[in-house]
Amino acid sequence: MTDLTKATAAELSDLLANKEVTSREVTQAALDRIAAVDGEVHAFLHVANDAALADADAVDAARAAGEPLAALAGVPIAVKDALTTVGMPTTSGSRILEGWVPPYDATVVAKLKAARMPILGKTNMDEFAMGSSTEHSAYGPTRNPWNTNVIPGGSGGGSAAAVAAFEAPLAIGSDTGGSIRQPAAVTGTVGVKPTYGGVSRYGLIALASSLDQIGPVSRTVLDAALLHEVIGGHDPKDSTSLDKPATSFVAAAQRADLSGVRVGIVKELSGEGFDAGVKQRFEEAVALMTAAGADIVEVSCPSFVHALAAYYLVLPSEASSNLAKFDAMRFGLRVSPEGVSEPSAEQVMAATRDAGFGDEVKRRLILGTYALSSGYYDAYYGSAQKVRTLIAQDFDRVFADVDVLMSPTSPTPAWQLGAKLDDPMAMYLQDIATIPANLAGIPGISVPAGLSDGLPVGVQFLAPALADDRLYNAGAALERLLVEKWGTHLIGQAPELEVAR
Amino acid sequence: MSESSQITREEVAHVAHLARIELTEAELDHLRSDLDAILEHVKVVQSVVDADTPAMSHPIPVTNVFRLDLNVAGLTADEALAGAPESEEQRFLVPRILGED
Repeated sequence: MTDLTKATAAELSDLLANKEVTSREVTQAALDRIAAVDGEVHAFLHVANDAALADADAVDAARAAGEPLAALAGVPIAVKDALTTVGMPTTSGSRILEGWVPPYDATVVAKLKAARMPILGKTNMDEFAMGSSTEHSAYGPTRNPWNTNVIPGGSGGGSAAAVAAFEAPLAIGSDTGGSIRQPAAVTGTVGVKPTYGGVSRYGLIALASSLDQIGPVSRTVLDAALLHEVIGGHDPKDSTSLDKPATSFVAAAQRADLSGVRVGIVKELSGEGFDAGVKQRFEEAVALMTAAGADIVEVSCPSFVHALAAYYLVLPSEASSNLAKFDAMRFGLRVSPEGVSEPSAEQVMAATRDAGFGDEVKRRLILGTYALSSGYYDAYYGSAQKVRTLIAQDFDRVFADVDVLMSPTSPTPAWQLGAKLDDPMAMYLQDIATIPANLAGIPGISVPAGLSDGLPVGVQFLAPALADDRLYNAGAALERLLVEKWGTHLIGQAPELEVAR
Repeated sequence: MSESSQITREEVAHVAHLARIELTEAELDHLRSDLDAILEHVKVVQSVVDADTPAMSHPIPVTNVFRLDLNVAGLTADEALAGAPESEEQRFLVPRILGED
């Protein structure tokens, strides 16, 4: 039998539907792989062995009984620890939520359960999704399966590494400024940030509510499309959820046709600050797409140069409000200040937040509180909201002429663990190409484009709001061209991880 | 502190109090220099917009949304209290909330 951990979700779906394998076999193979390599990779904060196998047995029984099942029924999945899960701890990578078991499921988790997909466990992340390397997790960093001395990207480094290390065929991520797409780029996998409102945020522990979006993490574009159709669609529990059906993504990924597709290359996202190796892979991808019939033009989005500045005001401002709920009263950690008899609730809250939050969270909460404080609000938060308008206007203008935009996903491949920890601005600059999509609410995908010095590089496509299908068409087309050239998916070229016995 | 600083140590301490985060002296020093570097970068937003530029708080225009007025099951008291640091008589038990004077 083929190695079930190496199979794509689409292949597993067929094998399961044809009764050539059981969900128990597929799920057990994933759990065995986790046991073998996760000591080294540390993609998981919690592994749900028994629950995943029970779910697998239940879906096998349902299939044997002839019940109608979803396409991905029986295919196991890993879930980022930012989503609430009944019966599984949910920490968002923070000490302040250590051991918290939520009393309700996120809507996306409920949808995975309704589709009968066994949940393997919860994946590591930067604390409250604040970071680009997963080093800000309170529970230790995740390592990149391509080279365990380098970072897996962030904040969703756990989900990307789980998929890249063949510990799971699929995972769920969340993307506030690139937290799905940048980890995909640096681990040689696929990640999609859907249109804002396309996937319910109910049960996602909020970072910045106007930027956050849950999306699929996978090894192929088709697999991402299959998962997107499971998790997308309207949810009355999320007032920003769009009343639009999540269909046509799989059909678009299967179409994979570039003929006549107009592709804009964003001038501001390709020049200075982008690594030579990244630029080279990008130019090769452009050449392949041109030969396949894409019509490629250069476009300019002048306001993008201010996107990072606007983002690092909007995000901390919203986060400082969202994270006020961690007050040591109703859930999570409670720490009493030392040497204070009968401390007040306010003193307990301040001591708890000092003990329970890591450095990056404190940095952003204080920055956000400052930007929103009396006398600074208009200059900082107010101006940032106006820059956001300029960025959205840039997108509107260029999308009048092109179908999709294209850029490198991240300016560099993965870096050594620790290299940027003491320089917040250097870390923030890694998200320069991914942030504009979140500010404007439009969808984006990162697709593997090759290697630079042995480490993966990604290409990003962006589309207008609600045109997520264009990402799947263009992404799958580039993926097919590259697979034809290499004879394998990029992830097939990853070095073997050392297996624990 | 250099003249070009964006934020003083006293301001950081004040904002940390507003954010209800008790910081150590070492954390205050470290954060002041980090925030200084970040503010130096982000302050550009003030010079690229004018009074006529509309502000955008939300990426996709939405109007207020109400759910249907139907009874739906909520959490039980036990479920709601399961993660509480302390509880008593089906209520959250919290430290004193009033000052001593």
